[in-house]
Amino acid sequence: MSAAVSGDGRSRNWAPYLLSGPALLLFIGVVVAPIAMTALLSFQSWDRVKGIGDVLVLAHWREVLSDGYFAEMFLRTLRLSVIVTVLTAVIGAPEAYILHRMTSRWKGVCLLVILGPLLISVVARTLGWALLFGGANGVVNQALIKLGIISAPLPFMFTETGVAIALAHVLMPFMVLAVSASLQKVDPKIEHAAASLGARPATVVFRIVLPQVMPGLLSGAIIVFALAASSFATPAIIGGRRLKVASTLIYDEFLNSLNWPLGAVIAMILLLALVAIVAGSNRIVERRYAEAFS
Amino acid sequence: MSYLRIEQLTKEFGSYRAVEGLTLTIEKGEFVSLLGPSGCGKTTTLQMIAGFVEPSAGSVVLGGKDLLAVPPYKRGLGIVFQSYALFPHMTAAENVAFGLEMAGVGRDERRRRAGDMLELVGLSGFADRFPRRMSGGQQQRVALARALVIRPSILLLDEPLSNLDAKLREGMQVELRQIQRQLGTTTVLVTHDQAEAMALSDRIVVMNKGRAEQVGPPEETYERPASAFVSDFLGRTNTLTAQVDGEGTVRLRGVAIPMAKLAPGPVSLSVRPEKVGFTEAGAGFVNAVVTAKVFQGTHWLYQLETPDGAVVVIRQNDGSGGPAEGASVGLRWAVEHCLVEPERRSAP
Repeated sequence: MSAAVSGDGRSRNWAPYLLSGPALLLFIGVVVAPIAMTALLSFQSWDRVKGIGDVLVLAHWREVLSDGYFAEMFLRTLRLSVIVTVLTAVIGAPEAYILHRMTSRWKGVCLLVILGPLLISVVARTLGWALLFGGANGVVNQALIKLGIISAPLPFMFTETGVAIALAHVLMPFMVLAVSASLQKVDPKIEHAAASLGARPATVVFRIVLPQVMPGLLSGAIIVFALAASSFATPAIIGGRRLKVASTLIYDEFLNSLNWPLGAVIAMILLLALVAIVAGSNRIVERRYAEAFS
Repeated sequence: MSYLRIEQLTKEFGSYRAVEGLTLTIEKGEFVSLLGPSGCGKTTTLQMIAGFVEPSAGSVVLGGKDLLAVPPYKRGLGIVFQSYALFPHMTAAENVAFGLEMAGVGRDERRRRAGDMLELVGLSGFADRFPRRMSGGQQQRVALARALVIRPSILLLDEPLSNLDAKLREGMQVELRQIQRQLGTTTVLVTHDQAEAMALSDRIVVMNKGRAEQVGPPEETYERPASAFVSDFLGRTNTLTAQVDGEGTVRLRGVAIPMAKLAPGPVSLSVRPEKVGFTEAGAGFVNAVVTAKVFQGTHWLYQLETPDGAVVVIRQNDGSGGPAEGASVGLRWAVEHCLVEPERRSAP
């Protein structure tokens, strides 16, 4: 050890490399290599008859970037992801706070209820929503009509509303977990201190608790946003073939049109957009809160 | 009419009684400490005054008004917590100004008063610092400024100094007392540190097992402890087992101790180390052998072995030297300095 630390070069310390080697190889094998291959694929020529060629062209990139159809689809993906992120934040953060305030006996039960869905396949959960939404006689519509909230059935299936609701439910646990984790770091005495200074309970929540869990809320939002933008099963089942998002379009290009290079372009754009958005917002979060919480 | 009246205050957690029928009155401007070991109910009492814990029974009346009917955020009390509980997302000045903002004080006045208060606690240059970037002592001062700026009817201090190191703690004690005198704020301090309680308070409430064992000025609780528990908790004490004979005379291994007659039976006799003096062997109330003699600058600390157990004696360093290690001596004390209590099996 001391030889390696003193840096005389006679015995280099290989332990860190050896220890991280397997994970690094796995990372290169299953993450870096496929992305590199997809990137390469997006430049390869394609013909309806001859399939994928060896010539590198920019045609697919030009097609995707200039066709309004793709722009609309990307915008829809972005819009849906933002709506789902906001929905999970607005519902999940209070949920986490209520959970935080519960006595430990109830906390366990409710945590199970919230996290339980994670144990069930996304497909099964989404099909559940499809059953609830399905047609004019769906359970949700019937309930809303009976409650007098709406007079005519709302279309949920194959609409953005339906996809957003189902996705928000599927991704809710991630938000609740992220906010819960940062709530646990909040000193309960701080709420008492605020109350003693004349802050009403609502003021305590918005002025004292919320700012402290903001980093957790924002990292939860980043997770939910990334998962929503790349989600496949839920938009495929609820959105169907009418309501395409990036991931379902990629699937169609690869498996229906068999235009792999075009699918690769969409996949690359989705990936780059996600990396840019996630890294960018992470940067903002870190800069904003570096002073108070580091 | 006293300012704060606590009557028969009781808190039960299930079958456990944290506070049991505590009755206490506090005058305006007074500094009162609730002193006791952990689990004695002192913090629970403070939380009941603050409104964070609902009492099982009893009343708390502040200036003639029933405090228990008022929600915590309307009680107008200033509280300083052991963990400081500063708002981490606000600067020192924002922390201090928060209470003023809640009270509807305008922005300019808020800034001025927060600035004044930070100056009072010696932090005028730290207004724009976040708590994260401050030391424990500085955070402590911000917490104090934040509690005082709203001009609280009572300042509640929950072990405010116990997270600070010894030297800083001493300095803060002096400062805290000065600020409290200057503002004349009625203050209730919760602490387990007897030195802190004695240094700061006008009166000390020594608590044990949810009850107040003794209430009185520091000198009184120290010099005339109401029980062996108080005597032991407020500084060191030597406890010896004595007998009261048929005539009511207290005897230590046959040697009569000239004090008031008591009911016959075993008693425990406590006397403070600095109140014990040396005489010739055989001439005192009890004979002892010096087992250790430790120099502590201003005084000598003696450990002695008597037939009734170990005794500690503290003598002022007056330059005379005193008995050497291994010497046989007699121990004597003025009888008014010793406390005699019927023997308790479950003595602390």
